[in-house]
Amino acid sequence: MKIIGLIIALSTGVLLISATGDFPGWADPASPASTHLSPHFIEKTMEETSVPNIVTAVLADYRGYDTMYETAVIFTAGLACFILLRIFVREEPEDRLYRHVLTGVTVRVKEGAKLPPSDDFERIDATWTPPDLIIKTICRFLIPFIQLFALYVIAHGHHSPGGGFQGGVILGASIILLAISQDLRTSVRRMREKLDAVLCAVGVIIYAGTGALCLLLGLNFLDYSALASVLHCDPVTARSHGILIVEIGVGIAVMCTMIWIYNNVSSTGKYDEGL
Amino acid sequence: MSQQYPALLVIVPLLSALVISAAGWINKRLCFPIAVAALGAAAYSCIGLLLRVLEEGAIVYRFGGWDPPMGIAYYVDHLNGLVLVVVSVVAFLNLIASKKSIELELPDKTAPFYALYVLQVTGLLGIVATGDAFNLYVLLEITALSGYAMLAMGKDRAQLSTLNYLYMGTIGACFYLLGVGYLYIVTGSLNMVDIANILPPLYESKAVLGAFIICLVGVWIKMAFFPLHAWLPNAYTHGPSAASSLIAPLVTKVMIYVMIRLILTVFTPEFAFNVLAVSKPIVWLAVAAIFMGAILALAERNLKKMLTYIIVAEVGYMVGGAWLGNRAGMTGAILHIVNDALMTLCVFLVVGNIAYKLKGYAFDDLKGLVRKMPFTMGALVIGGLSIIGVPPTCGFFSKWYLISGAIQAGQYAFMVALLFSSLVNVVLFFRVIEICYYEPFSNAHGHDHHPEPMAEAPLTMLVPLFIVAVGLILVGLYTGDIVNNVIEFAIPKSIV
Amino acid sequence: MGDLIQIVVAKYNYWIYITLMMIGLYAMIVKNNLVKKIVGMNIFQTAIILFYVSTGAKRGATIPILEHGHGEHGAGAHMIHAVDYINPLPHVLMLTAIVVAVATLGVALALAIRVYNRYDTLEEDEILAQIREK
Repeated sequence: MKIIGLIIALSTGVLLISATGDFPGWADPASPASTHLSPHFIEKTMEETSVPNIVTAVLADYRGYDTMYETAVIFTAGLACFILLRIFVREEPEDRLYRHVLTGVTVRVKEGAKLPPSDDFERIDATWTPPDLIIKTICRFLIPFIQLFALYVIAHGHHSPGGGFQGGVILGASIILLAISQDLRTSVRRMREKLDAVLCAVGVIIYAGTGALCLLLGLNFLDYSALASVLHCDPVTARSHGILIVEIGVGIAVMCTMIWIYNNVSSTGKYDEGL
Repeated sequence: MSQQYPALLVIVPLLSALVISAAGWINKRLCFPIAVAALGAAAYSCIGLLLRVLEEGAIVYRFGGWDPPMGIAYYVDHLNGLVLVVVSVVAFLNLIASKKSIELELPDKTAPFYALYVLQVTGLLGIVATGDAFNLYVLLEITALSGYAMLAMGKDRAQLSTLNYLYMGTIGACFYLLGVGYLYIVTGSLNMVDIANILPPLYESKAVLGAFIICLVGVWIKMAFFPLHAWLPNAYTHGPSAASSLIAPLVTKVMIYVMIRLILTVFTPEFAFNVLAVSKPIVWLAVAAIFMGAILALAERNLKKMLTYIIVAEVGYMVGGAWLGNRAGMTGAILHIVNDALMTLCVFLVVGNIAYKLKGYAFDDLKGLVRKMPFTMGALVIGGLSIIGVPPTCGFFSKWYLISGAIQAGQYAFMVALLFSSLVNVVLFFRVIEICYYEPFSNAHGHDHHPEPMAEAPLTMLVPLFIVAVGLILVGLYTGDIVNNVIEFAIPKSIV
Repeated sequence: MGDLIQIVVAKYNYWIYITLMMIGLYAMIVKNNLVKKIVGMNIFQTAIILFYVSTGAKRGATIPILEHGHGEHGAGAHMIHAVDYINPLPHVLMLTAIVVAVATLGVALALAIRVYNRYDTLEEDEILAQIREK
């Protein structure tokens, strides 16, 4: 098996390297890739879309159709992890661990019975470690600032590196930080599963819906200049605003999918004990 | 609205899939009607689009209002339009036929399954309609991911088979992406027609040759062309019936469409057939694919797995036909895309009916089944005759074109492989039909006085099966129309 | 010899990334453990992403964000020269590819979890032995 793998990898590598014989050199300003399409993008972005960040303009406007499908890919991945892993009905009842807060004594309750809720006992995970006050407090402090930074990244995608995907991942990371520093049940209490799943679909619907709105207003799909009549501005500014709307949709979808995938994978679908 | 058909045929299913996913958390019974409405609207748009293409010629739809190659454009011509109609109609019929089976096999996850189903169909329709090479990669990944999730919902070995399919599928898609990257580096464009305009002076360069080979190998991995086919039988057999009967007829055929599109539009036939000298080795590989598919199918005692090996052989037909390099071969390959989708749907729906009623489809479970499920067995007979290639079913006509193309190109080994495969299919199907029709029913107690009560599959599963079986015969009878009005214009004049 | 050095300096980025791709491909084919195969897949996809991004470089150019962008557009706007900014298109394409790679990684890990729950092992030869026993 190793020899077959080695032969396949070597022959493919030789084929690919020999095919680079005719490539333009690295960082050559006169290469076909740099002279065919990209001058149009670089020179005309400001006057056609009034967005200084060329990558955002190309991503969300010129090739916005691709980005819509990219958002659909990440949604599909979240849906796939959900459908593969989520278990709604447990077959074998499992043991739960409870800890008496004052004395530190651990109680194992067998076969799915539960203790009545009281302040003296807290539910702990099977992989429980002693609580570290510093980590818990600092993470709780940081999470709102992380989220604020994420909103900044989404909103300033026009002028600085950033945009919907980057901001959405940071937003998702803030909730996952809550799950890692405390436990999964805390973060699921903050961001419920049903809200998460519906919001994920809503995020992609914002993107596709904006495009469909442009279609209904008479122009082609995802032609943001059709929004000029709705937003009461000129077509070029309408493109800039259209890009912002779809980036918000992307951010929401990516945030919810990150949280959804993390919840499903770390608890293997049971949603009671995380990492 | 008819101007917007190219957009509607992907947007309506995409939005519906998202709404189904959200609605599944609120009320489960909304999901199926939304899915049926979405796929019905997509089928209507595809048929309308094909009629427009027959009147006006190739249609270009500019997304975002940007002209290609700045923006992304859909490029629909006769080849696309035909495959779009086939994909949307097959998906629609399969959804109606699979409702009961989805509710039986996956009772608590029907809503996400419908959403993944519609997402898969969106991906397939998008792959067929697009005119941009990178857009094709993204849609390929949507199709693949939703396919993996659906196929992994089966029992027992499904997850391991799907994981192997995932590895192979990702390698294939990444090879295709590399090929597009190589093309971008030497041409600077991502639009298929634009690349075809820039390429002719570069035909002799090694980069274009490397790009072609790596794109082709990537697409071959995804269509399970021998010797890269090992993932297909396990993945398709162990999945739930609804998923298998969607993915088996469609995904490999759409990949063959991608290969034909690469040959005809991106790397023009002059490059593929004349500048490169690989036609003969590829046809020999196709011969090997047909032989291996036929022989491995003979060894199987499980009906569903036998049918998946027949898919491997059928892929060999189409790849060999496309690479014969003449008009008859290419016509045969394109016609076989249409016919094979319908034939495979017919036999996989039969297997779905059997799995719904019997919970097993090894040969031992099928004994005497005709008494219990006569209509399903009748459809299996028609599907089998079409796969064998008996007139007037459609399978005969595409084989006819492939054989005449082989004779015209002097590739007699391909013709022998086609005839051998037909003979093996006769053995395979007559063996199954003998077990179903003539063996006593497996629970019979020896006396045949009381006939077995007929316990057919429910009507929602039988009516689409009936439509497909009749469709096999109708498509066969109307082959002349299809070839002369549609396929004739899909192949460029430079191929004789 | 000078010719060879010229070629290496011009093309070495492509060669390094192709080598990385082949390491990932080798891992996917040869390794026995399912998670190691997933890691190999990730290496392969990341190498392709790096390959594409490296084609967008331009000697003496800066990042593709217009510097005097948010001011007046029209009269008083500076002339924008394409040679001053690197090619934005590979970056856009690779944003998509990164998302696709992450999505595939997520689905692959979910499948590996399901396989582990079923067979209690992640080594492919042990799983095949268990299947053959049945």
